[in-house]
Amino acid sequence: MKFLRTIHAEDMEDIATGGAILGTGGGGDPYVGKLMAQQAIKQYGPVNLVDIDELPDDALVVPVCMMGAPTVMTEKLPQGEELINAFRALEQLLGRKIDAVLCGEAGGVNSTTPFVVAAMAGLPLVDGDGMGRAYPELQMVTFTMHGVSATPMVLCDDKGNSLVLETVSNAWTERLARAATVEMGGSALLAFYSMSGAVAKKAIVRGTLTLCSELGRTLREAKAGHVDPVNAIVDKLDADVIFHGRIKDIERRTVGGFARGTARFEGVEEWKGHSFRLDFQNEFLMAERDGEIIVTTPDLITVLDAESGLPVTADALRYGLRLKALAMPSNPQWLTPAGIDLVGPRYFGYDTDYREYFGR
Amino acid sequence: MIRIGIDVGGTNTDAVVMDGATVIAGVKAATTADVMTGVVNALKAVLEASKMEASAIDVVMIGTTHFTNAVVQRRDLAKTAAVRLGLPATASLPPMVDWPEDLKAAIGGTGYLAHGGNEFDGRVISPLDEAELLGIAEDIKAKGINTIAITSVFSPVTGEFEKQAGEIFAKALPGVHITLSSDIGRIGLLERENAAIMNACLRDLSRHVIEAFRKAITETGIKGRFYLTQNDGTLMDAAFAEKFPVLTFASGPTNSMRGAAFLSGVADAIVVDIGGTTSDVGSLHKGFPRQATVAVEVGGVRTNFRMPDVFSIGLGGGSHVVETGGAIKVGPTSVGYRIVTEALIFGGKTLTTSDVVVASGRYELGDKSKVAHLTPAFIASTQARIMSMLEDCVERSRLSPEPLPVIVVGGGSILVDGPIGGLEVIKPNHFAVANAVGAAIAQVSGEVDRVYALAEIGRDQALADAKDRATEAAVSAGALRSSIEIVDVEDVPLAYLPGNATRVRVKAVGELHVG
Repeated sequence: MKFLRTIHAEDMEDIATGGAILGTGGGGDPYVGKLMAQQAIKQYGPVNLVDIDELPDDALVVPVCMMGAPTVMTEKLPQGEELINAFRALEQLLGRKIDAVLCGEAGGVNSTTPFVVAAMAGLPLVDGDGMGRAYPELQMVTFTMHGVSATPMVLCDDKGNSLVLETVSNAWTERLARAATVEMGGSALLAFYSMSGAVAKKAIVRGTLTLCSELGRTLREAKAGHVDPVNAIVDKLDADVIFHGRIKDIERRTVGGFARGTARFEGVEEWKGHSFRLDFQNEFLMAERDGEIIVTTPDLITVLDAESGLPVTADALRYGLRLKALAMPSNPQWLTPAGIDLVGPRYFGYDTDYREYFGR
Repeated sequence: MIRIGIDVGGTNTDAVVMDGATVIAGVKAATTADVMTGVVNALKAVLEASKMEASAIDVVMIGTTHFTNAVVQRRDLAKTAAVRLGLPATASLPPMVDWPEDLKAAIGGTGYLAHGGNEFDGRVISPLDEAELLGIAEDIKAKGINTIAITSVFSPVTGEFEKQAGEIFAKALPGVHITLSSDIGRIGLLERENAAIMNACLRDLSRHVIEAFRKAITETGIKGRFYLTQNDGTLMDAAFAEKFPVLTFASGPTNSMRGAAFLSGVADAIVVDIGGTTSDVGSLHKGFPRQATVAVEVGGVRTNFRMPDVFSIGLGGGSHVVETGGAIKVGPTSVGYRIVTEALIFGGKTLTTSDVVVASGRYELGDKSKVAHLTPAFIASTQARIMSMLEDCVERSRLSPEPLPVIVVGGGSILVDGPIGGLEVIKPNHFAVANAVGAAIAQVSGEVDRVYALAEIGRDQALADAKDRATEAAVSAGALRSSIEIVDVEDVPLAYLPGNATRVRVKAVGELHVG
């Protein structure tokens, strides 16, 4: 098998930074996942990244993820064996050897968790994921639109509990897994959506782990070369700066294990005199400027520190911060009717249709 | 009110006497290895310069980089035990997992994972195991460690396990210093634990340093109150500072930026603080340093303190100037505090930036004849190199394309000649002691941390109530009511309590009431 590249412990820095940008405010801080991946790579060896086309159609591919509230993940760190336990338990259930690891969500902490399993299991990792960003619920993956079932799924917690789910739909998997995750203390690790190489070739969002790595590198090089980091990211992502302002109020509430809330900004410099509002449910899902909705999910809204260009999560939003908000086009798979049903603004309870920001 | 502000830096100890908003006198003395002698010298000198009696001083405010430097330079750090309560969770990343190896080695790198900890909703992850903790206490004793940092999962939500574990260790190991993470940091286990461990490893040093400050003040005959400044530019009393030395981190840049704003009367600017070895550059917005938005590293360790966003380069009054192959290199190496013996103008053998400034005729210092051999071309190129280094970091700190002024402070300010990158340069009076002025004008804060049932009163009313209470707390701590600003508002929903319970934290700060 031909590998795209080999990921060593130090390469995880760029991937984690890029993962935070694609995290669109949620997905959890990749820092913890990065440290875990680095520990695993140091102990078990580097991870080989592979293009999906390199895998045979009958290969067995399994994504892994961490599930739960981002705040919990930065506070209650994993025990360490949960992911590999879930992975091995699913392998046993399926009755055959898994050939490659897949990333479920390239945004946030889950941009790094598959590296932990790939290193521990000594398997290649596919360059791609099921979202091209971060989303809060587990049925919100392109896999769902290709008829891939999330179950059988294995869910493991820090205490050694493990749970096997067999469900009638991916939406049910989300409901039951969410309830279990809250009981498990707000975070759990899982292996799910097992699929063949043939299906994965159609169902995944390709190249996203390489994109994470390039975004991280872009930011690092912009800093070293004294170039405006926000502009560098905008160029790399084909994105638009939609606001530049300072936070004047944040309202948060935790509903059913999600961090929901609203941040209000007042504009500075080129946006002085304008107002801006961001709604988030773990991720930033809707942006409103001067009272008008301008960007909605599935397009990506990400928030960068106005100076350093480093991504800021919804959790880290603080009174007084000066930030730039970016909009970037989502993967086209999400813009189909089925995609909008899964992750459009109405699904999240916002009374609006998807707004086309990028005029496609 | 007559107050003295002192800044104890790695090289110099600066002091100012202020009467209300007026700086009466400012002096610089050398920092000494025992700290106390330098502070006594500075206090005596500033009292003499201001023609004040020691008995007239109402209050002394001290800013010190001593604790930050100890961590950065890995010296005077105590062997520390880091105890984490949370098993079976958190075992994947043990204490100090993300620390630089040399710092870890400097404090012994002793970490323990024990049972305990809470879930986000207050449930217990596993009960505290007293026998397990007593076993750890035995091991700590055998290793001769006398300071412990205790971090329990979700202790900012409920700190009970940290308290209980602290009591168990205090009983088993009499005289041991105990730092509880919930007293220092917020949610984010590794960052809070890191801050607690750094605090713990500084506890021996803090006892000595605070005692030295106390003795120095007593020896000078001053009877007034005595405070230390913390990273957010507000004051803490000496007894509190002795327990929480980590809170002094980054108070140096905060003081110098606040001092620069005060001395220049300019509230929006870039501040360049040029010392002997480094220059710190940051930006000032409405009189306050701009805060870093991302996790800040101290000595290579990630923390979640709120700190000013400061960029440092190796350029100061003692920086080496070397010509190699026609190119001139300035810094980052420096003679530091040895400038008074090693620079050419003081009869030494090393060419420094200060020598070049004296040779240019812009400033009188030492013996000018010792630098007469420097050619005008060499002087001009060195000067150009210094200005381009400064321009570079000023550009990094600019908040906008608007032409903000640059306030230059610190002992190395003599290096600056004319505008930096086309921006107007302000060198306020007493520029050399801006740090000490910043300490003297440090503010007083009031904080509330309360749980509100939003189902009963609504969020707006809860926030308004918390802001009122914080304001009142600041006033009773000595703040001038009309100067009070709300600087921080945070509400964290407590999902496990009924009635949409939310923990609200508000911080109000104001100027010390100058009566």
